[in-house]
Amino acid sequence: MQAPQFTVDPAEVAKFEAMAAEWWDPHGKFKPLHMLNPCRLDYITTQIAGEFSRDLSQPRPFEGLRLLDIGCGGGLLSEPMARLGAQVVGADAAEGNLPVARIHAERSGLVIDYRHTTAEALAEAGETFDVVLNMEVVEHVADPLAYLTACRQLVRPGGVHLCSTINRTAKSFAAAIVGAEYVMRWLPRGTHDWSKFITPDELYDLLRRAGFEPVDRKGFVFNPISWQWRLSDRDLSVNYVTASVVPG
Amino acid sequence: MDNPARARILQGMTKDTEILIVGGGLNGPALALALARAGHRVTVIDAMPETTRKDAGFDGRAYALALASQRLLAAIGVWSRVADHAQPILEIKVTDGHAGAGPSPFFMHFHHAEIEEGPMGFMVEDRFLRRALLDAMDDHPAITRINGRSVIAQETTDAATTVTLDDGSTLSADLLVGCDGRTSGTARRAGIRRAGWDYGQTALVCAIEHDKPHHGIAHQFFMPPGPLAILPLPGNQSSIVWSERTAMAARIHALDDAGYLAALRPRFGDFLGNIRLAGKRWTYPLNLTVATSFIADRVALVGDAAHGMHPIAGQGLNAGLRDVAALAETLTLAARRGEDIGAAPVLDRYQQWRRFDTATLVAATDAFNRLFSNDNPLLRVGRDLGMGLINAIPALRRTFVREAAGLTGDLPRLMRGRPL
Repeated sequence: MQAPQFTVDPAEVAKFEAMAAEWWDPHGKFKPLHMLNPCRLDYITTQIAGEFSRDLSQPRPFEGLRLLDIGCGGGLLSEPMARLGAQVVGADAAEGNLPVARIHAERSGLVIDYRHTTAEALAEAGETFDVVLNMEVVEHVADPLAYLTACRQLVRPGGVHLCSTINRTAKSFAAAIVGAEYVMRWLPRGTHDWSKFITPDELYDLLRRAGFEPVDRKGFVFNPISWQWRLSDRDLSVNYVTASVVPG
Repeated sequence: MDNPARARILQGMTKDTEILIVGGGLNGPALALALARAGHRVTVIDAMPETTRKDAGFDGRAYALALASQRLLAAIGVWSRVADHAQPILEIKVTDGHAGAGPSPFFMHFHHAEIEEGPMGFMVEDRFLRRALLDAMDDHPAITRINGRSVIAQETTDAATTVTLDDGSTLSADLLVGCDGRTSGTARRAGIRRAGWDYGQTALVCAIEHDKPHHGIAHQFFMPPGPLAILPLPGNQSSIVWSERTAMAARIHALDDAGYLAALRPRFGDFLGNIRLAGKRWTYPLNLTVATSFIADRVALVGDAAHGMHPIAGQGLNAGLRDVAALAETLTLAARRGEDIGAAPVLDRYQQWRRFDTATLVAATDAFNRLFSNDNPLLRVGRDLGMGLINAIPALRRTFVREAAGLTGDLPRLMRGRPL
């Protein structure tokens, strides 16, 4: 494989390497992702099922779909997708995540092609996918438009691209930086840089300029009473997710 | 690496089944059916031989199924098999009684017409319910049954849980569910401790035939030694659940049938006319036993294995079926989003859902029993006023009817009459 070409900021990669071994501990440092995961998966599975007319109540409904999980980390999304029958490539720019992800997948009896690479390198190699998951990555890249343009090249005509990130609002500053990093200590301090956060309208604009057709967006809302996340049509003020397609 | 066929082979080879259920009583088969109908592969291990369970005659044992439980049974294809033998509970009368002194003037009267959903519940004999569950399992190809074998060891690794049976064979699965009752071996082997206490009371259970019809009315008399419930069965029969202090219960149980009836008769008067015993007489010591956790690594507990409670309001089976519905829903949603159904984040959701409900119910049942099994005159006045008050306020009365029907709280889909 050729040397990956990074638009990822090297300082960001180092931070995640330090956390890699903790990926699969539901009560560890990645607790917020484990808590968010059912909500993210509900959105992802529903969008894929809708796009490709699959029935989620059937076993292995994503059989035959080729899926890329960018910034796969320990495999929190890659494994569920493989379990649902998708042929999964998990890509991460942080090399330290990959052994963790590989060992865990093997123990779970899942076949996942984990690669130390980037969206840009995969696009350059001409790889294409029916589904590209781009979850909680875009706020960490140096040049979002260049990055999303590479993502666009990875999606086959008729395919779907799911992209989530954090809004740039006073509330997101309070929740994602002060709340998650300082008060709750869910994330190490410095995980996020608020100025890199992107509003939903800015993201729609970036997606269009990259060649996608955005079709849906929803908020991920945390309820501190039930201690659970849910999807919201209206509240996109902190975490949100978008679906965009490449016309076939 | 990009070979879906290989992925399929790998997945298929690693485990014998998805979910292993230990316990073939009522909750185990109900859970197996709920899961199998939602597309899971299930194996049920029952220490008892099947014939023992299937060939039971009338024995006097019956369950008060709340409306929510009836809906669950309908959703898993069991209700149609027992409906002909079920007696709807149309009204509940609660009275503060005194042995021999007749009921107090204050009582609560709940009528199903106060809620739109239907009767508050149904009385079904134990033998019909068991047989219906077993027959329904026979008809489901995704359920494998192992009868007459017990689990002697269990072990959980990162990706699987494995049990060893008493014939030396082993079975592996994603998740092990203990539906093995208040002395749950599954819980013990998983290192889950239990807390609980004894009430010093014993329930005397029997069925009676009576001359006058019961009109579908369930009666609960609160008496100082413990509550007495008269629950309507089909025809002119009723099920009696009668709690006494343990020493007294032993004395009553030792009496012959005539003496037993003579002790029972004055406790509820003669509104049903002449009464005769039907079927056997049973005794159940009343104690509370709650598992300190409902889950462990790749292990979940359901029903009495998680919480064996005082059967004061017939809530034991209903609470167990609520566990069944909540666990089946949690696992099915998890599987449909591709999660590992035996992993800690998934099991945490089940525990979070059921522990609050259970803690509330256990505390309420316990407090209720302590309040009513008492002859303290102040408490008597207090509870009589309380009952009078509840009875006088329609909104409060409706709340109680909905509670009795099992329709309150965070109700699982199967108990709202909706499929998974």
